[in-house]
Amino acid sequence: MAAFIIRRLLQSVLVLGFMSLLVFVGVYAIGNPVDILISPQADQADMARAIAALGLDQPLWQQYLIFLKQALSGDLGRSFAYSIPAIQLILERIPATLELALTATGIAVLLGIPLGLWAGLAPDSWPGKLIMTGSILGFSLPTFWVGLMLIMLFAVELGWLPSGGRGPTTELFGIPVSFLSWEGIRHLILPAVNLALFKLALIIRLARAGTREALLQDYVKFARAKGLSEARVVCVHVAKNIMIPIVTVIGLEFGSVIAFAVVTESIFAWPGMGKLLIDSINVLDRPVIVAYLMVIVSLFILINLAVDIIYSLLDPRVRIGEAKT
Amino acid sequence: MTEPALRVEDLRTHFHARQGIVKAVEDVSFSVAPGKILGLVGESGSGKSVTGFSIIGLVDPPGRVVAGRILLGGRNLLGLAPEEMRRIRGNRIAMIFQDPMMTLNPVLRIDTQMIEAVQAHADVGRATARERARNALARVGIASPDERLLAYPHQFSGGMRQRVAIAIALLNKPELIIADEPTTALDVTIQGQILFEMQKLARESGTALIWITHDLSVIAGLADEISVMYAGRIVEQGSVDQVLDAPLHPYTQGLIASVPSRNRRGEPLQQIPGMTPSLLDPAPGCAFRERCARADSTCADDPPMSSPVAGRQVRCFHPLTA
Ligand SMILES: Nc1ncnc2c1ncn2[C@@H]1O[C@H](COP(=O)(O)OP(=O)(O)O)[C@@H](O)[C@H]1O
Ligand code: SF4
Ligand SMILES: [Mg+2]
Repeated sequence: MAAFIIRRLLQSVLVLGFMSLLVFVGVYAIGNPVDILISPQADQADMARAIAALGLDQPLWQQYLIFLKQALSGDLGRSFAYSIPAIQLILERIPATLELALTATGIAVLLGIPLGLWAGLAPDSWPGKLIMTGSILGFSLPTFWVGLMLIMLFAVELGWLPSGGRGPTTELFGIPVSFLSWEGIRHLILPAVNLALFKLALIIRLARAGTREALLQDYVKFARAKGLSEARVVCVHVAKNIMIPIVTVIGLEFGSVIAFAVVTESIFAWPGMGKLLIDSINVLDRPVIVAYLMVIVSLFILINLAVDIIYSLLDPRVRIGEAKT
Repeated sequence: MTEPALRVEDLRTHFHARQGIVKAVEDVSFSVAPGKILGLVGESGSGKSVTGFSIIGLVDPPGRVVAGRILLGGRNLLGLAPEEMRRIRGNRIAMIFQDPMMTLNPVLRIDTQMIEAVQAHADVGRATARERARNALARVGIASPDERLLAYPHQFSGGMRQRVAIAIALLNKPELIIADEPTTALDVTIQGQILFEMQKLARESGTALIWITHDLSVIAGLADEISVMYAGRIVEQGSVDQVLDAPLHPYTQGLIASVPSRNRRGEPLQQIPGMTPSLLDPAPGCAFRERCARADSTCADDPPMSSPVAGRQVRCFHPLTA
């Protein structure tokens, strides 16, 4: 187990290094941040000073080496735009994004598993068909469009919920959160639902397919032959088996929920990492973009690790120590 | 004669498929006495499993028991409310399946799967239920049962898993156990051990046992009575010795000739020519007539069950009476 985790972490360092190189070259190819950051009226000397201050006078490979050296000591550079450490900018935004992503995942799981089970148990009933039709819609409607429709309906037409922003936050162990005040929850509902929709559709399908497959298995028939109640057969024998693929997918998809939050955060003006990324790309604020990706990749890696561990707890046949990866 | 533990009368189980009606079980009657073993034999697809599932009330849709009576201790199980039937399953009638690798839930520990089976029928605490589970494991010859209770199915071999399934079947001391080819997936030595132990358990506890198999050689040393099934019907019935020594039905004779035997060493094995007929909308007449050497024009009608020899039954117009 320990060896497995260490191997994983070493691989992760390689991935992080590779990602940073890619982003460095990518942002360099897109354009020169100096053109955006420094006023065109500035004279040659000012310009040169500014460029030197940002470290942009060096050749790209040298800039990258400097970045690597600093990164190894935990410094991901200063934002060109805000002149404060990029990592600090991102860390300030993480709670908002995480709260949004966790709430969305929670909604998707808490609704998706029961609905998927139901649709799997009674695929030909009208609720079963309705659930499946709903999940097809959840898959095919674009997130931004659904987001706009939610704002139109619940904020503009009905006026029930705010159209954007995070609203007031409450401190929980020093972290600002929305869910502790009613006003905060009101701000959280629409973006969380918007972000949850796609995952909800996915979990419904997984749960339904898993249920239908499990129902055909001998172990379900044997459980019935033991005289177990239908509730016990479904909630223990079937549910525990379908949890394996669902937990895997929830975990793997949690990273993409954070990535997709970029769209939702932009629509609902939610002050998270995603919105910061979009703003930073607009001004080619390279340190922030690089730091954002490093944070996201690290999150992905941690999530994958957690998924593997949970997976082995759920499925006794998997022993992490023996895993090849 | 003692009251049979189970009596099945004129059972019909049909599958209403899109292509038509599959008559998987057609007019099946038999009974089995407490402590006795009934061998239900026939080629694969002849309706043995469906008969078993009909008794326990677990026929898969689109299948349905459409007629007959299933009397357990004199009480008809057909028409019982689902909850009443649930209380009988695993309690008064237990079933063991063919593939031990598939019958235990892979993600639940053995103790979970045994304790729930006890608590589904008895209002006892976990400790008592665990104690019963432990004893049942010990009874089927599983060493260090306390430890094994904490294991998962994948930590057992196929033979051991089948023992666990048997232990689960024994948990609530059922009056009847239906064993659906429980040794088919196991290798021969383990098969022999399990056969021997099941026989002993049935005799000692007075449990009636229906042993389903396609393998006559399994039945020979095990069962008291034998029912031969062909295309959804029972074609011959009698004591094992009588039926195996002097079969009355041409199909039974064919089955016996296709089993390797020490007495007939050197002789070629004989396959029954032809194939099992489809059970989908079967034509009238004897289902075996396409494959039967004795068939003639009378066989175009349905042969009735007759009793040319006392205590035996056969469904044939031209039985092999001497
Ligand atoms: N779920 C099902 N749907 C349709 N037909 C079925 C189903 N299960 C069994 N049957 C039919 O019932 C017949 C008897 O099957 P079965 O009892 O499993 O045979 P066996 O004697 O090998 O146990 C098969 O030939 C098959 O056509
Ligand atoms: S009834 Fe006719 S066809 Fe059927 S088994 Fe007897 S002899 Fe053969
Ligand atoms: Mg079968």
